[in-house]
Amino acid sequence: MTMIAPRRRRLVVIGNGMAGIRAVEDILARAPAAFAITVFGAEPHGNYNRILLSPVLAGEKSFADIVTHDRGWYETNGIELIAGEPAVAIDRAGHTVTGAHGTMRPYDVLLLATGSDPVRLKLPGADLPGVVTFRDIADVETMLAASETAGRAVVIGGGLLGLEAAHGLSKRGMAVTVLHLLPGLMERQLDPVSAGLLADDLRRRGLEVLTEASTSAIEGAARVERVVLADGRVLAADLVVMAVGIRANCALAREAGLACGRGVRVDDAMRTSDPAIFALGECIEHRGQTFGLVAPIWEMAKVAADHIAEVADSAFAPSVSGTRLKVTGIDMFSAGDFLGDAGTEEIAFRDAARGIHKRFVLRENRLIGAVLYGEARDGAWYTDLIRDRTDIAALRDLLAFGPAVAGAPAAAGIEALPDDAEICGCNGVSKARILAAIAEHGLTTLEQVRARTKASASCGGCAGQVEALLALAGAAPAAPRMKPLCACTSLGHDAVRAAIVSRRLKSIPATMRALEWSTPDGCAACRPALNYYLLCAWPGEYRDDAPSRFVNERMHANIQKDGTYSVIPRMWGGVTNAAELRAIADVVDRYAIPSVKVTGGQRIDLLGVTAEQLPHVWRDLGAAGMVSGHAYGKALRTVKTCVGSEWCRFGTQDSTAMGIALERMTWGSWTPHKVKLAVSGCPRNCAEATIKDFGAVATEAGWDLHVGGNGGIRLRGTDLLAKVKTEDDVKEYCAAFMQLYREEARYLERTAPWIERVGIDYVRARIAEDASGRTALAARFAASQRHAQIDPWAERAAGAEAHEFRELAVLA
Amino acid sequence: MSTMKNGPTPSLVREGAAELSGWTDIGPLDAIPPLRARTVHLRGVAIAVFRTADDQVFALHDRCPHKGGPLSQGIVHGTSVTCPLHNWVIALTDGAARAPDEGCARTVPVRLEAGRILLDTAS
Ligand code: SRM
Ligand SMILES: Cc1cc2nc3c(=O)[nH]c(=O)nc-3n(C[C@H](O)[C@H](O)[C@H](O)COP(=O)(O)OP(=O)(O)OC[C@H]3O[C@@H](n4cnc5c(N)ncnc54)[C@H](O)[C@@H]3O)c2cc1C
Ligand code: SF4
Ligand code: FES
Repeated sequence: MTMIAPRRRRLVVIGNGMAGIRAVEDILARAPAAFAITVFGAEPHGNYNRILLSPVLAGEKSFADIVTHDRGWYETNGIELIAGEPAVAIDRAGHTVTGAHGTMRPYDVLLLATGSDPVRLKLPGADLPGVVTFRDIADVETMLAASETAGRAVVIGGGLLGLEAAHGLSKRGMAVTVLHLLPGLMERQLDPVSAGLLADDLRRRGLEVLTEASTSAIEGAARVERVVLADGRVLAADLVVMAVGIRANCALAREAGLACGRGVRVDDAMRTSDPAIFALGECIEHRGQTFGLVAPIWEMAKVAADHIAEVADSAFAPSVSGTRLKVTGIDMFSAGDFLGDAGTEEIAFRDAARGIHKRFVLRENRLIGAVLYGEARDGAWYTDLIRDRTDIAALRDLLAFGPAVAGAPAAAGIEALPDDAEICGCNGVSKARILAAIAEHGLTTLEQVRARTKASASCGGCAGQVEALLALAGAAPAAPRMKPLCACTSLGHDAVRAAIVSRRLKSIPATMRALEWSTPDGCAACRPALNYYLLCAWPGEYRDDAPSRFVNERMHANIQKDGTYSVIPRMWGGVTNAAELRAIADVVDRYAIPSVKVTGGQRIDLLGVTAEQLPHVWRDLGAAGMVSGHAYGKALRTVKTCVGSEWCRFGTQDSTAMGIALERMTWGSWTPHKVKLAVSGCPRNCAEATIKDFGAVATEAGWDLHVGGNGGIRLRGTDLLAKVKTEDDVKEYCAAFMQLYREEARYLERTAPWIERVGIDYVRARIAEDASGRTALAARFAASQRHAQIDPWAERAAGAEAHEFRELAVLA
Repeated sequence: MSTMKNGPTPSLVREGAAELSGWTDIGPLDAIPPLRARTVHLRGVAIAVFRTADDQVFALHDRCPHKGGPLSQGIVHGTSVTCPLHNWVIALTDGAARAPDEGCARTVPVRLEAGRILLDTAS
């Protein structure tokens, strides 16, 4: 019985990186006070998430964002950090470690976590200033300094790191060329087909990609100026990034006489040839294998901690881990043996139009490898199938379609995962942490979880799993997973929309920047949607972006198959008069308009007008008091009416006047999709109000208001919204309905599918059952109409956007 | 490549690239708003001249390889245009339709000089 407390054992860790500090955390968790810990770190700061250097380079994160353990953490945990002083010698007999500045520390247990060094090609000129590698924050700083003056960068190596570097530098404004020795990019993760798709995608993003390009020299007087290829081609370069691979950093261990192969040799307990010394991370070799991803490293940390803290006799058995490329908007995943051999079978799925390619390699009814390109959200599920050696005979036919179709419910995999399972590899967020955050803060959306926990905030690859966790926690319906708005973003319509409002984004470029769009200026799918969302969110303030409008809305006329246009002036409630008809007739004669037709929407269409004629036609129609009918727009189209009580022997209310009043109130409004109204004077419903977006049918007692009807492709009859008494009621309900639809439906979603999605009960609750909510919606509609009811034709007849209607030049 | 770009692009350094004659000034860059196009009629043929967000200019015959849609009226994004009629995506650089669609719109050499757009009318 001694009275002296047992001396704490001394643990020295060499390497202040991801593996070393994760192991320290795991040791502290197992044996909080067992060790006096010292960490030698060659880098002059605390620990940071190396994976996220790519987003830092791309300007999507700052260094502060990726620091995982600042100096305060070391102090709080009583850890001595010797940062900026690499360890240079290990005295195994004396049990000491010495640093470059002479600091010496004794140890009982030593842990090596020195990571790896980037390979530097031994080329002429490889040591010129301006030639860098991509490993630590100092490298990123060098690259950022070089990118300040824009210029040209050449990245040697088309693997994961090279492509992430290239993407980052390109986002920083450099013109980037990637050189890859082999025919296919990322050959360690991709099969030739997906490698080809990736190369196309990168080129579309403005990168130059040269495959089968072998570098023979780097040249320059005082610093790098160009790169010379073996075939004689010369590329100008202000910066050269070598990203051609990594080599385990085991020099120190080798000098100390530890057994080393391609890395420090360890056994299943992560112990080196010296029982007092453990090693883990990229510096090791385990059963002939080296490692370059964090997932197996987290496993190593647990095993090493078990043995160092002497709490369990676990063994390291590397399992399959997947790889994703962290280039915003590129969705790829690869795991296991994705190439196969003579003894394997292969299932491939391809949807060229959507740029999707999936390849699965099977051996004896087990999945052994998978490559997903273009749609990679199910990567974790496939990884599980590989890891668990699941017999997939029954799933085979549907395997390519993922868990949603192939049977296993999306959340099943998630349920089975242990609490400490890493969901977000980039940010190291576990299942337990996400569930805790959902419970503690009542989170219901992916965005909220992302903001709280950083899960899915980097590569976004785990978004599907986070959503499955939301569903598991009962926080969100186990609804189909969000579909991205388009290929330029991983966010869906609702998330984009919510961000525009909550983050007060006021222009298309600002939105794309803030939400990390993967393309410089979007595509023909997202730009019109963003333009609408911004217009709806900031009425009067947002300036409509003409180049983001589909041709019809930009030209304010419908383009025809021969490139001419049609012109449909508004005919309020379908009512016209001699003066209007005469003006139309005159216009037809004056401009020799080839065709005049009565439309299905109770108005007159002038077809075959040339672009040059449009402003003239509009001016003449405008002179007779007519305005645009918006027959071309995702906007209020027609208000059909019947003759009603004014003339009809059955009519109970003045449906024509009601229709005109509604059209006067709603015209000019931009909406997610087109909106059509109709008003019938009695339940015979001659104006077909029950297949319109909003229809009013007169009764003896007042009006029945119907919503969500649709003619066209998929016929849908309306749902009854409410029965009301007065014309003012009809107008208020109509305005409130318009605004709810404008604010909440997704772009290009008509009222019918929108109501089927949210349910008529929801719409009734917001409009019929919530009087103050209804008034507020109607007021917001009226407010936005103040900026919308400007006749676009009059503006253009007076000279606006003249470039749209005139040729730039006519040359002989 | 039949279209010359301006601005920073990662192009190869070529020695003594000869310039063709027949460059005709068709107007200032400002005559085309960014991400828009305008047409020029050259001996009766409609040519669409595009301006990208970073002020590169490209010219294509104003006929979609699909069914002849007016590419000048499409939405311009990156260095592509989406045809207004059936949404084919055409590369401004070489006129090629994006896979899986197949076809090619003809390109016309065009370049920028001191803020003026020069079109190769000899081609
Ligand atoms: C001109 C007109 C046909 C006519 O000569 O009568 C017409 C013409 C076109 N309709 Fe229509 N629709 C016309 C009334 C209708 C009606 C009848 C109505 O409004 O009562 C319907 C069914 C009612 C409905 O919308 O629910 C109708 C359902 C459609 C649809 C299917 C919509 C749907 O949600 O299922 C499309 C396709 C689309 O919008 O994507 C469409 C699309 C079109 C487009 C815009 C096709 C296009 O994208 O170019 C046609 C434009 C031709 C042009 O340049 O003028 N048109 N279209 C009618 C114009 C009415 C007006 O005065 O503005
Ligand atoms: C840009 C980039 C992106 C990446 N993206 C991903 C990804 O998306 N997914 C993924 O799984 N992996 C990714 N990785 C790989 C991942 O970062 C590594 O697998 C992981 O960091 C390895 O951890 P480690 O502790 O072994 O090495 P490191 O994190 O490199 O830590 C080793 C530390 O030891 C220090 N050191 C070395 N020698 C000494 C010495 N003698 N004395 C003191 N200190 C020393 C080093 O300076 C370094 O700080 C990426 C890597 C990079 C560089
Ligand atoms: S029914 Fe078809 S062809 Fe006729 S106008 Fe409508 S879209 Fe055109
Ligand atoms: S004509 Fe261009 S896509 Fe059909």
